[in-house]
Parts: sequence; structure tokens; C-alpha cells
Amino acid sequence: MKTNFFKLNRNQTQKLGFAFLSLLALTTILPIILIIGLLIYKGGSAISWNFITGFPHDGMRQGGIWPAIIGTFYLTVGTAIFSVPLGIASAIYLSEYSKDNTLTRTIRIAIINLSGIPSVVYGLFGLGLFVLFLKFGTSILSASLTLSIMTLPVIISTSEEALRAVPQSFRTVSVSLGATKWQTIRRIVLPEALPGIITGVILGLERAAGETAPILFTGAAFFLPQLPSSIFDATMALPYHLFVISTQIPEMPVQIQFGTALVLIAFVLSMNILATIVRSQARAKRQW
Amino acid sequence: MKTNTNIQEFIVTRLIKLSGYSAIVFVALIFLFLIKEGVPTFAEIPLGDLLSDRWYPIEDYFGILPLISGSLIITLGATLIAVPLGIGTAVFIAEIAPRWAREILKPLVELLGGLPSVVIGFLGILVITPSLRVLLNLPTGLTALAGSLLLGFVALPTVVSVAEDALDTVPRSYREGAWALGATRWQTIWRVTLPAAKSGVLTAIMLGIGRAIGETIIVMMVTGNAPIMAFKISSIFSPVRTMTATIAAEMGEVSNGSIHYHALFFIGMVLFIISLIVNITASAVVFRSQKRSEKVLS
Repeated sequence: MKTNFFKLNRNQTQKLGFAFLSLLALTTILPIILIIGLLIYKGGSAISWNFITGFPHDGMRQGGIWPAIIGTFYLTVGTAIFSVPLGIASAIYLSEYSKDNTLTRTIRIAIINLSGIPSVVYGLFGLGLFVLFLKFGTSILSASLTLSIMTLPVIISTSEEALRAVPQSFRTVSVSLGATKWQTIRRIVLPEALPGIITGVILGLERAAGETAPILFTGAAFFLPQLPSSIFDATMALPYHLFVISTQIPEMPVQIQFGTALVLIAFVLSMNILATIVRSQARAKRQW
Repeated sequence: MKTNTNIQEFIVTRLIKLSGYSAIVFVALIFLFLIKEGVPTFAEIPLGDLLSDRWYPIEDYFGILPLISGSLIITLGATLIAVPLGIGTAVFIAEIAPRWAREILKPLVELLGGLPSVVIGFLGILVITPSLRVLLNLPTGLTALAGSLLLGFVALPTVVSVAEDALDTVPRSYREGAWALGATRWQTIWRVTLPAAKSGVLTAIMLGIGRAIGETIIVMMVTGNAPIMAFKISSIFSPVRTMTATIAAEMGEVSNGSIHYHALFFIGMVLFIISLIVNITASAVVFRSQKRSEKVLS
């Protein structure tokens, strides 16, 4: 910077700086586009009716991924059953009932910590509590419970945000008309906040559907010749299946790996798109 | 009828309050179970052995230093990638990008946040590790570097979205004031907007680090899982093994209640405490700055 050659005036500095930042942004998004492109390009040719609805055979090197798709579906539904009511109720508490005191602050810190705990630690916890202590075994039930605790912070914080966005005047008017607090929440606040809550729920479940580490020792099976028949059975799941066929099986056909990866991201991203649609439609309709 | 409503109201209120405490209950339960299964380690393995440099459970070597060093070196590498890229992208999105570019960038970054890590790991095995092996002429591409590259990328969405939020909350009047004094937009970003958003940006970095240190499946797939001491810079080019990958790889094979089982829970306990420290620090930064701004406003 000492020589005149490098001495830039401030407009040149700005141009250089902006160019540099654009480059950083480009470096961030280019791999994302490449990833999606590669998965669609390579995985698309693997997708067929037999691949979606068939069972794997020949040591997974042939056939389809139906049990893994169904397994991920079961786990997602199971996670929703536990985490959605609890998460929304917890959000209602924080937004409508809690006072600004130490207890509330402790709850908030607990939520932040829950969202930061490594997923494999959730796996350990699920193994300790659900699989061994409560004797649910390696099962859909144990895995769903583990995933729901992991999903909880996402659902709580997004739902709380949606509830808080409902104008205070709505509540005041409802209560002044003689409604009780719960009636106000159920008839006025919840319906208004519903799109935001649904978005949060979907984003939370999307994360649960794609996770591998928490189900590793709580419910995922390497291979099963038939579909699970009860919530106490272990299940195959898409993320774990992709992990297995890309690390544990020698001479695995790349096409099946790509096909599995594509189905997994299609599963997850379709939830993501659904959330976006719900959000934008609600925004368009909203009158406050 | 009246009492009916009252009873219903009473029950529902109780249920909601109970659910409200659930987060505390779960954090406590998780810690409790980690302690219950992890603390016996102290009785079974002498502290000196636990803090030694050899992890080889089959012969009863349970030194966790290699695993800690593996986690540290990969997280450090990931941070070096995610922080400049993430903050740069956040500044670009919040301050410079025209509206149309923002509309493309934000969903793409969110999309990356939504990609399951196992998919990133799969592409890492297929694309990144073979390229590293060829480019750097290494015996194997399954190295700490591969883990750092992928984790840096995976931590990006966290860093970008939190930092961008922080930049967004800087009042517009700050920028207008700087412009009015004759500063260029670039000077305004560096001297006014970024310093004003400092605490949020720090939180973004902390949360990004937390995301990287806790990632399991990706490191398990691409780092080779060799439990060696990785405290030198050159270790970035060798296979390493992290705490998370050790738990994930070995928990399936141990018998319940064995020394090895307890040792893995002990590692989980260490991870839990690390994430606790990272997250409380991150949120403390936010709380402190909120208080300061409240003071300024009142």
C-alpha cells in the first residue's frame, strides 16, 4: 500500500471491495447449484417405478428403496405426533403466558441449548432413555421420540415468532368481548398464527427426515426383508440407507447411490417448498 | 356450563404451562443420562489414561486426546472457510445486492441449510476426496482437509442467516448518517454497519462453530477415522477422527454397560458441555448487546 501504484482512491477501493464481496457470494452459491444439478442429472436416470417401489436385493446392489422411503415417512409422522403438540403448546406458553422473569430466561436458554446439541448426542440420549431405560428397543418409537426432542426447538421458536406477530389489539378486543384467555388463544390468536406455525413445523420435520446420527442406534436398520409392522419394529430410512450404500458396501453401483440421494432431497425439499408456499400465501392474504 | 368452561380453562392452562417447561426438562434429562452412563468412566479408567494419546478400545486404550484434536483441527479449518465466506455473503446480501439477486441468493442459501448432511457426505466421498488425493498427491483423500471443506460449507447457512439478520437490524439512520457525512457505501459498511452489528455477527460465528463441531455423519464419511494426534498444521492432510464420529462408529458394536460403552457416553458428555459453552456464549453476547441498546434508547 506504500507505493503510488497501489494507492487507490476511495471509489476504487469501493469497486474492488464490492467485486470481492460478490466473489465471496458467488463462491457460496456456486457449489449449491452444482450439487443440485449433479444430483438431478446423475440421479434422474436411476429413478424408475421399480426403483421407488421395489425392495433392495443382491446385497442392495440391485432393486429399489421402497422400505427406506416408507421408513422415513413413518419416522417423520412419528416425530410430528410427539413434537407438534408439545412444541406449539410450549410456544403458546412463551408467547401468551410467560412473564419476563428468570424462569422464562432459563427456558429460552434451554431452547437455545437444545438446538445446539450435536445430533449424535441426541442419539446417545435416545439410546440411554428410550431404547434401554424405557425398554422400547431399537424401534420406530424410540427413533421418533429422539427425533422429536431434536425438532422441538425449531418448532417452538418459529411458532412463538408467529404467535407474537399477531397484533396485541386482537387479544384485547377478544377479551373485552368477554372471552376467556384460552378462548382468545384458540379462536383468535392460533388461527391467525397458523400459517407461520405450519411453516415452522414443516421446517422442523424436514430436518428430522434428513438426519442420520440420531437414528443410528435408536431405530435404523441396515436391511429388512419386509416393512415394519408395528412401532416397536426397527425400520430402514433414506438417510441411513444412503450412508450404508455409500460407505459400507463395496462395488456399489453409483447410479443407485445417486438415485437414493435424489429421492432423499426430493422428500426433504418438497417439504421446504410446501413451507414456502404456505408462508407466501398467508402473507398475501393477511390484512394486518 | 360456566363451571365447565372454568374447568376446561384450568386444565388447558396447566397443560400449556407444563409444556412450556419441557425444554428445561429435556436439557436436564439429556445431561442426566449422559452423566449416568458417562461418569462411571472416571472409576473405570484412570484420568491419566483418559488424557493420553492412544484411542484403541480393543486393547483397552481409551485416550481421548486424538479425538479432541481431530474435532478441533476440523472445526478450525471449517471456521476459516465459513467465516469469511459467510460474513462476506451476508454483507453482500444485506448491503450491496440488488433486489433480484437477493431473491435468488437467500432461498439458495436456505436450500443448502435444508440439505441432509448425509447427501453432502456422499458427494464428498464421490467428488471431494478423490480430487484432493489427485490434486495434492496424497495417499488418501480421506483427510481432515476434506472434512473441513465440507463442514465449512455446511456451517455457511447458519453464519449467513444469523449475520444477515444482525445487519438487517442496524437502523437505516446509521447508514444515512454516514452517507451524509460523505462516506462511501464501502466505508459505511466497514466503519458503521458491521461494527454496529458486531454482536450479532459474533453470534453467527459462534453458532457456525457449534454447527461444525457437532456434525457427525459427514466427518464419519470423509475424514478416514484414524485416531491420531492432530495438533500440527500438517495434520490437516492426514486422516483424523473426531469425537462425534467415534461415538457414531463404535456405539453400535459395544455391549451395554461395558467400559467402552461408558467411555463413549463420556465423549458425549464432553460434546454436550462444549455445545453448552458455545451456545451460552453466543446467547450471552446477544443479551448483553440488547441491554446496551435498551440503555441507549431509554
